[in-house]
Formats: sequence, C-alpha cells, structure tokens
Amino acid sequence: MAAMREGKCGIGPLEFRDVERLSIQIGGQVKGFEAEGLFNRQQMTLYDRFTQFTLCAAREAIDQSGLEFTGELSARSGVVLGTAGGGVSTWDDNYRSVYEDGKNRVHPFVVPKLMNNAACSHVSMQHNLKGPSFTVSTACASSNHAMSQAFAMVRTGMAEVMITGGSESMLCFGGVKAWEGLRVMSKDACRPFSANRNGMVQGEGAGVFVFEEMEHAKARGADILCEVAGFAMSSDAADIVMPSKQGAARAIAGALQDAGIDRSEVGYINAHGTGTAANDKTECAAVADVFGPHADDLMISSTKSMHGHLIGGTGAVELLACIMALRDGVIAPTIGYEEADPECALDVVPNVAREANVDVALSNAFAFGGLNAVLALRKFS
Amino acid sequence: MSVREKVFEIIAEQAMLDVSDVTADSTLESLGIDSLGLVESIFAIEEEFDVSIPFNANEPDKSDFDISSVESIVAGIEGLVAAKS
Repeated sequence: MAAMREGKCGIGPLEFRDVERLSIQIGGQVKGFEAEGLFNRQQMTLYDRFTQFTLCAAREAIDQSGLEFTGELSARSGVVLGTAGGGVSTWDDNYRSVYEDGKNRVHPFVVPKLMNNAACSHVSMQHNLKGPSFTVSTACASSNHAMSQAFAMVRTGMAEVMITGGSESMLCFGGVKAWEGLRVMSKDACRPFSANRNGMVQGEGAGVFVFEEMEHAKARGADILCEVAGFAMSSDAADIVMPSKQGAARAIAGALQDAGIDRSEVGYINAHGTGTAANDKTECAAVADVFGPHADDLMISSTKSMHGHLIGGTGAVELLACIMALRDGVIAPTIGYEEADPECALDVVPNVAREANVDVALSNAFAFGGLNAVLALRKFS
Repeated sequence: MSVREKVFEIIAEQAMLDVSDVTADSTLESLGIDSLGLVESIFAIEEEFDVSIPFNANEPDKSDFDISSVESIVAGIEGLVAAKS
C-alpha cells in the first residue's frame, strides 16, 4: 500500500533463465523474495512460487486478523483462492527437464506442486481451515470470482470466516513466451488509459484477505478494514479475447444493485485497466454507461501501471487500493499516464496519489473469455 | 562411496536423521518416512544410481522390489546396479 500511495513502479527488467530469448523482457517481478529462508527443504519440494507467495500473504492476513482457527470456527471456515496458471514454473522446469535435457524421470511431487489448488490446500492445512475450500480459475478475473464466492458463503451463513484472494507466478520463460504469442504485451511500460499505451505488462504475487461475518468480527473487536457490500458476475458470451462493454456494464451495475448502493455514492473504482487498447476504452465506455453524468465525478485508477497484471491474482492485490481509498482516504494513481485519450475521458488519477474521502469503492475484473466479476466495498464506520 | 553407504545417506536425509541413526533392519516406517517420503526416496535413489526401480505405490507388496527394510532396499539397489554394468 505504501508503494501504491507513492506511485512507485515495480516494473523492471525480468530476471530468469533464457530471458534473452523473449521479445518481452519487462515485468513486475517480485525481487528479494528468499523462499529458502521461509520454508524448509520438504516444503520447498512441494511449494511452487505461486504457493509460496500465497502462504506468505495468508500468514500476514491471518496474523493481522488475530483469528485462531480451532473447534467450531475451524469447521466453519474455509479458503477460496484464484489463480489462472497455478504452478506455471513447475510445468516449465519439468518440461524443460524432459524435453530439452532429455531426462526420463521427474520428481514425484510435480503434480501436487503444480496443481491449481495447491496454494488453497496448503493454506487450509497450515491454518486448520476445515470448511469449504476450492480454487477458482477464470483467467484475469480469478481473484474477483474467488472473493465473490467467499463473500457469498459468509453472507449466506455457509461459512463464518473465509480466507480469500489469489496469486499468480507466470514470470518464467514458458509463461511469458505464451503471452508473447498474443501480441498484446508492452515492451516498455504499462500505461493504462494513456493515449500512447501499447499493451499490458505481467506481474506476479499474491493478495490474501480475511472475510469475516460482520457481527462475528464486531463481537471480538476486530480491526475491520472495510465492508464487502456486494458483488456481481456476468459473462459476455461473445468472444474469447475481446471484451464487451455490455458484459462489463452488467457486472458493474449488478454489483451496485446487489449491495443496495446508489451509483452516486461510488467515489472510486479500481479499474481492470490493463493498458491494452481494447480493455481501457471498453471499460471506460462501460463505466460511462452505468454511471451517466456521475462518471465524471468519480475517480478510476489502474494500479497495474505499478505492479503489472497479476492475471489470476490481480483482483486480490488491487483490492488493497480499494481498502486504501476507503480506510485511509488515499486514491492510488494511474502512473505512466502521458497523453489524454478521448476514449478514456474519465478522472484516472494520473501519476500522483490523491487524498479524498470515499464511502464506496468498486473493483473491476474482466477476464479473457468474457467472464466478469465486480466487487462493491463500503467504508466501515 | 559404496551403494550401501549412499542408500543409507539418502534414506537418512529423507528421514531428516543422522546417518548413524539408520540401521540395516530399520523399516522406512520406523524412520518416520511416510508414503510420499517413500516415493521421494525412490526418486532420489533412481537419480543417484541411474536405475529404474520397479515400484508401484498402489501395490507396494506386489512389487518385485522389496522395501520392507533398509537392508532389503540396499540389496535391491545393488542388484539393479550390478545388472546395469
């Protein structure tokens, strides 16, 4: 959050084997993460990098919540996480080993290490969470779909507490090579909403939150960061990669309706804002459609300009910007903004964070495949 | 290092024990090696000696490879290594 407040860019040169064979060589890579110091040898053989990130984030979140999962609470609490690729670098390393190096034997834990639910399962094991747990994989909307499901489970009484969010770690040769194929990646920077934007930049990492039933949290005097007020999901049912204004607008309007929030109350939207030509103009058009004249009064920023696109983990990390807006009254900027685009003519909080009192924030995620999920959050008071 | 010493070392490492705590009549179970640890031990041994151990985790008892004790594992590996050369 401190980096988002400062408008600090975490995107830089990628560092991994064979990076020189890529045409895209930048990303929001997590640097200085010494997994060997955090996990023992046995754990390292089982934890892909996306699981390592998840476990660190989950530990921090649960420690901050002050919750301990025992007895009835343990049975009524679970984990829903998003990831698009799961253990991509485990696939990559082992394909390399059998195809390139010609080896005929792989480590016995390849499957439990790469599976998309590995992170979710290890969180449940480490924290004794015995309720419903699963992983959601809806490309760039994975985390928002996951958090929507976690919220729905708490709201309907199916669970008391849900650990939720998501993670991604595709920054390895095979992961970035696959993305290069689509020709939607930028070689120099992620500049959402800026007329000179030239594509997305990948990031990696995890975001994990504790969603707790409100009365349960109040009763124990928890430090409540904000209230999840509602959500909506929609499907474009149109194209496998091109976004649709109608699909996005239905998810945004649906989240407001689900939360019982009037559109005039919305002060901030954390945009999907990928920095591609297609997403940014479609998203701005959808926001204009839903909010009418109020679209000009609200702030909408894309923090992907700083951390890159975390794909299946992106909504989780971006939820931090919504919490910062609601709790601290600080709006994270869209950095790298250089030229106004008439097709993105909204207040995108260019380049510098802004202080503002916000009561309601939305977080957008619109995935490849036309799967959309929007969360509505309210300031806790 | 002999095959025997090397197998002892791999099993000790897998069990997170000192190699002196591993005896020939120890069973993997008695050393605290569970089913996943067994599969990992077999992998480590195969890698070390470049052999292929006939072992199916679904029916360990029916396997031609006797894993009932450290001694039997050593004997099995010695056989495979000898067959290779």
